[in-house]
Amino acid sequence: MFFSPFISKPDSVAQIMLKVILALIPGIALYVWYFGPAILVSITLASITALATEAAMLKLRNRPIGPFLKDNSALLTAWLLALSIPPLAPWWLVVVGTAFAIAIAKQLYGGLGNNPFNPAMVGYAVLIISFPVHMTHWLAPQGLVLAELSFAQQLQYIFSGVLPPSLTLDAISMATPLDTLKTHLHLEESVQQILNMPIYGHLGGQGSEMVALGFLIGGLYLLASRIISWHIPVAYLGSLFIIAAIFHLVDPTHYVAPLFHLFSGAAILGAFFILTDPVSSPTTNKGRLIFAAGAAFLTYMIRVFGGFPDGVAFATLLMNISVPLIVLYTQPKVFGKKGKQS
Amino acid sequence: MRKLFHFHGGIHPPSNKTQSTQTAITSAPLPTKLTIPFHQHAGETAKPVVKVGDHVLKGQLIGMPDGFVSSAVHASTSGTIAAIDMQLIAHPSGLPNLCATLIPDGKDEWVTLNPVDYRSHSVAELQQLLRMAGVVGLGGAAFPSDVKLRIGKQKIKTLILNGAECEPYITCDDMLMRERAAEIVQGAEILRFMLDADEVLYGVEDNKPEAIAALQQAITASKSAQQNKSHEVIAIPTIYPGGSAKQLIRVLTGLEVPSGKLPTDIGVQCFNVATAYTVHRALAHGEPLLSRVVTITGNVRKAQNYEVLIGVPINELVALSVALSDTNGYIMGGPMMGVPLHAMNAPGPAVQVPVVKATNCVIAASAKLFPPPQPALPCIRCTRCVEVCPADLQPQDLYWFAQSKEFGRAQAFSLFDCIECGACSYVCPSHIPLVQYYRFAKSEIRAREYDKLLADQARERHDYREHRIEREKREKAEKLAAKEKAAQAAKLAAQPLTPQQQTEQAELAARREHIREVAQSAVEHPEG
Repeated sequence: MFFSPFISKPDSVAQIMLKVILALIPGIALYVWYFGPAILVSITLASITALATEAAMLKLRNRPIGPFLKDNSALLTAWLLALSIPPLAPWWLVVVGTAFAIAIAKQLYGGLGNNPFNPAMVGYAVLIISFPVHMTHWLAPQGLVLAELSFAQQLQYIFSGVLPPSLTLDAISMATPLDTLKTHLHLEESVQQILNMPIYGHLGGQGSEMVALGFLIGGLYLLASRIISWHIPVAYLGSLFIIAAIFHLVDPTHYVAPLFHLFSGAAILGAFFILTDPVSSPTTNKGRLIFAAGAAFLTYMIRVFGGFPDGVAFATLLMNISVPLIVLYTQPKVFGKKGKQS
Repeated sequence: MRKLFHFHGGIHPPSNKTQSTQTAITSAPLPTKLTIPFHQHAGETAKPVVKVGDHVLKGQLIGMPDGFVSSAVHASTSGTIAAIDMQLIAHPSGLPNLCATLIPDGKDEWVTLNPVDYRSHSVAELQQLLRMAGVVGLGGAAFPSDVKLRIGKQKIKTLILNGAECEPYITCDDMLMRERAAEIVQGAEILRFMLDADEVLYGVEDNKPEAIAALQQAITASKSAQQNKSHEVIAIPTIYPGGSAKQLIRVLTGLEVPSGKLPTDIGVQCFNVATAYTVHRALAHGEPLLSRVVTITGNVRKAQNYEVLIGVPINELVALSVALSDTNGYIMGGPMMGVPLHAMNAPGPAVQVPVVKATNCVIAASAKLFPPPQPALPCIRCTRCVEVCPADLQPQDLYWFAQSKEFGRAQAFSLFDCIECGACSYVCPSHIPLVQYYRFAKSEIRAREYDKLLADQARERHDYREHRIEREKREKAEKLAAKEKAAQAAKLAAQPLTPQQQTEQAELAARREHIREVAQSAVEHPEG
C-alpha cells in the first residue's frame, strides 16, 4: 500500500514468455514427427546453457538471480535459437551460440528489456559466420536420404562427432530447400525443374512446410491471446508475398512462387516469434509496419541475391538497428493534439 | 439513439460496486469532534473569520474565500471552535494544513438560511452566492464551481453532467442519482441557465441502470427541464477512465479538448452530478456545502454510503461499517487514483484525517483485496500500456525518460497530457509503478521551472539594480556638469562687456558671416 493504482491485472513477464514458448510446441511437435527427436536434444542443451549463462552473468553483474531466471526470457531465446540450428549440429555449437546470445547480446547490453538486438538472431549470426559448414547439414525428412541414423546414433554423433562406420555426414544430411533451390538456380536449372526434386512438398520443403504450418498455428494463438499485435506478422508475410509475387510474375523460371517463400526457411517463425520480440522491435503500430516490411524486403534480397540461403536472421538484425529511428518518426498524435475535430 | 464516440485505450478492472449499493444512503451520526480544513478546494486557502472560543451555528461562515480561485468554508454543525491550528489532512505529502476544530453542541442549530430563486438573479450574483456557499466540484478535484461558471464571452453549447463514476468500488454518485435525481436535475438546470448552454447531457456508465432510470424519470417530471427539452441521459459504455472529464466529453460529443486548453474553449463545460445537487441545495435552500455522500467499502462488514458532515474523522466513519480485523490500511478515493491513508503512527496521512469536500470514498484495505505490489522487472516494451492509455501517450517512453531524468524529452513526449489514471500501471506485466514515475517527473519539472522563475526574477532584479546605479551615477555627473556650466555662465554674465570687447565681437560675427557667404557661393557655382 504505497501509491495508486492499488490493483493490477494478474499478469507477468514470466507468463507472457511462457505463453510464447508454449506457442512453439505445435511446430516442434511436427518437427519431431517429420525429422525425429534430435531437435529435442538441441532444445534441452540450449535451455540448460541459457539458464546457466544467465545465472552466471547476473551474478557477475550483481543482479538478483532468482526473479530473472524465472522470467522465462532466457528459455525463449534458447528455444528460438535451437530451432534455427540443424538438429544434428555438434553439442558445442548449440552451447557456443546460446552462451553468446545470452552473455553478449543480452546481458552485456543490460539484460532483460535492454538488448537492442534479438539475442537468438545474434547467436544464429555468430554461428553461421563462424561455423558455416556445421550450420548447413540439416536432417532430411524420413525416406529422402541414403541412410538414416537411429536416435542413439544421432545422440552419439551430436556428443562425440562419431558416425557409424561407412557413413559420411553428406550421406545422412541435406541442405535446406531454400539452399538447394539457390544452388540449382546457379546451375541454370529452372524453378519448375528444381521443384520436381523429392525434397519439395506442396508449399515449401517436404516436412519443413508442415513445421512452418505448426508455427503458424502457434502464431495465430499468440495473436488471439493478444500477446502480439497483427502488425508485424501481417506486414512481414504480406510484404514478402508481394515482393516475391512481383519477381515471380516477371520471370517465373528464375523466381519461385511467393507461397514458397512464406513456407520456407524461417519466414513464419520470424513473422510470429522473432520479429515480434517486443524488446527489439518498434513500439508504435506504424513503426511495426515499416519495420516488418523492411525485414521482408531484406529477407527476400538476401535469399535471392545474397550469399546466405536464408535471410530472416540478418534482416531482423538490420531492422533492429533501425528501431530507434523508426520509433522516433512514427510517434502517434496525443489526445488533444490531433489537430482535427470529429 | 445518439451516436457515441470512443477514446483510445481504457481498461475493465473488476468493478466491486454492488457491495455498497444494497442499502440506501444513511446519515452518519454527529461525531464528538470535527476538524474542518480551510483548504479543501483547488486554489487559495480560505481566511479564518472566527476565533478560538467562538460559538458557531450550523452553516455559519468560518473561512472567507481569499483570491480569485478560492471557496468559502462553513461550520458543519453548531458548536464551539476549540482550536484553529495545523492538523493532518488527507494529502499524499502527509503535511499538516490549517484547520478549525469544532466541538459540536449536539443541537445542530442552523443559521438563518436565505433561499433564492435563481431566475430572479443575475449570473454574476449567482456566481457570488455559490462562492460564498463553498460549492466546489465533488468529483474529486474540488475546483471552485463559481470559477468554472465564469466563462467570459465563450458560447457554451453543451453542459455535461458527469455521472460516469468509472472508478471501481465508488458508488456515492450512483446512490445520489438513484435517490435524489430530481434535485440533481434542478441543479443541472441552474447550471444550464448560468452557462446559457443549449443542451444538458448526463453521461452515466451503463452499469448503473437504476441511476439512469431515476434521472430520466426526474427529467420527465421536472417542469423547468421540460420547458426547454434539452436534458438527455446517455448510457455510456463502462470503461475506465470513462469518467475523466476530457474522455467523457469525447465520448458524448466526439470533441477533443485541445492539449493545454479548457473544455469551454470548445464550447463544453462539465460538472459532477453531486456538484449539481449541491448547487441546487445552495440556491433553492440556501444551504452551504456542509456534507457529502461518502462510500465506505472494501474490507468492512457492511459496505454502504453515508451522508457525512465535512470534518468527520475518517476512522470514526469507517467504524460505522466495522472494518474487519485483517484491515491493514485505508484508501481515500478509488483503487486506481486514490490516496493511501495509513493506520495510526505510520508515516504519511493517517486514517484520523477528516472527511473533506473531495472525499468520495474510503476503502478499507487488506492484503487479500490489495496484495502488495510485486517487485518490478525491467520494461520489456510490450506496449500494453500504450494500448490502454486514454491520452494516446507512449507510457514506456515516458517511463524511460523519467527514470533517466531526461525531463526535456519527457515533456516533448507530452508528459503533461498524462491524466495519471493508472491504466498503464494496471496492465504492466513488469509491475512497474509507472504513474509514480510520471508524478516524479512532473514535480521535478515544476520545481525546476519554479527555480528558473526565481533565478530569472533574481537576475532581473540584479540587472535593474545595476542599471539604476549606472543611471544614478550618470544623473549625478550630469547634474554636476550642469551646475558647473551654470556657475561659469553666471560668472560671465556677472561681468559686463567693455565697448572695445563689444566691437571685437561684432567684427568676429561679421567675418563669420562673410566666410559662410563665400563658401555658399562656391557650392552653388562651382566653376565660377
